[in-house]
Amino acid sequence: MSMTIHVDIVSHEAALFSGVAEYVIVPAQMGELGIYPRHTQLLTRLKPGSVRIKKPDSAEEELIYVSGGMLEVQPHMITVLSDSAIRGAELDQARAEEAKRRAEEAMRNRSSEMEYAKAQAELAQAIAQIAAISKLKKSH
Amino acid sequence: MASGKEIRTKIKSVENTRKITRAMEMVAAAKMRKAQERMRATRPYAEKIAAVAAHMSSASSEYKHPFVVKREVIKRVGLIVVSTDKGLCGGLNTNAMRLALNLIRQWDTSGHGVDVTALGNKGLGFLQRLGAKVVSHAVGLGDTAHMEQLIGPVKVMLDAYSAGEIDALHLVYSSFVNTMKQEAVSVQLLPLAPVEKTELAHHWDYIYEPDAKSVVDALLVRYIEAMIYRAVTENMACEQSARMVAMKAASDNAKNVIGELKLVYNKTRQAAITKELSEIVAGAAAV
Repeated sequence: MSMTIHVDIVSHEAALFSGVAEYVIVPAQMGELGIYPRHTQLLTRLKPGSVRIKKPDSAEEELIYVSGGMLEVQPHMITVLSDSAIRGAELDQARAEEAKRRAEEAMRNRSSEMEYAKAQAELAQAIAQIAAISKLKKSH
Repeated sequence: MASGKEIRTKIKSVENTRKITRAMEMVAAAKMRKAQERMRATRPYAEKIAAVAAHMSSASSEYKHPFVVKREVIKRVGLIVVSTDKGLCGGLNTNAMRLALNLIRQWDTSGHGVDVTALGNKGLGFLQRLGAKVVSHAVGLGDTAHMEQLIGPVKVMLDAYSAGEIDALHLVYSSFVNTMKQEAVSVQLLPLAPVEKTELAHHWDYIYEPDAKSVVDALLVRYIEAMIYRAVTENMACEQSARMVAMKAASDNAKNVIGELKLVYNKTRQAAITKELSEIVAGAAAV
């Protein structure tokens, strides 16, 4: 029997694969990597693409799509941490900018919201007064 | 005593309320199961990334990421508050907000400024009323948490930490104990608590591709995000459970109220009949 290595592929939503393999091919940032058992420790980022896993009991490779992520290799274990969103430095930056902008907008709008709440409270008071007056009128 | 008609309309309105709370209870029960499944589904990733982070801290790398370095002086503190988008879920948000408020007060008295990120509508509203400095927020998360919506707001905080604007980052959320019990908890995200080193006898380090800095950066950002994502999914499971319990209590209360009102109604009806009868009898006697 040939040597095997344990492979775990997980994403935030689910465990995508867990089992043994003869070798694994991953779309690493610097190009495709083929990893066999007893590979030295390695840590790298993955590009979106498919991870190919050769299982010992089947002739065909199993394909699992990942939208980028991280790869850790220990001599007897491979861990793929798959992202559940498309990532990229610029894209993440844009998301952060967007979030900041929204927060500032919310801060600006807060004053108007506060005024709205104040107006609402005053309105409620006025309605209560009117109700009280009309009740008084009725009883007289 | 209220007339029969008044009581009847009141019974009707309570019955309508009960119908709504019953429906909400059932919806929450159905959603709860799915939310709990989703919460459990985040576990493998969280465990794996924690394991990788532990390996990494035991590797003898030259590079030390700012996230793991403890700072001597703390001037400003970051706080991420996870809450629900909708109400009617008992004391769930109230408890989380109380914890957040206590933390903010504590930092205020010790002279630390606080930056806040609000995940969830209820928390955002509360923090804005409080006058806290909300630097980013995410609302309308729906029933399923999407990483996409969290990356931006969280990155604002992480960037602030990297830039030295804040010196610590905390997270407040509701932790799921079981369906009946949810607990508001706070954890410190940054600086990262030193992970327990796994016993590895020899001296080793990873091959980093392309270089240690970018890879470690990416990993630690994902580690933090994974913790926050987990908190959000847990909070969602809490929300549905708390709502189910709250709505069940409301339905039961409505049932009791209806029972009491029916009793009063029957009594007034009986009294009216008796009165009428006695009037007739008295009238007949007079003739």
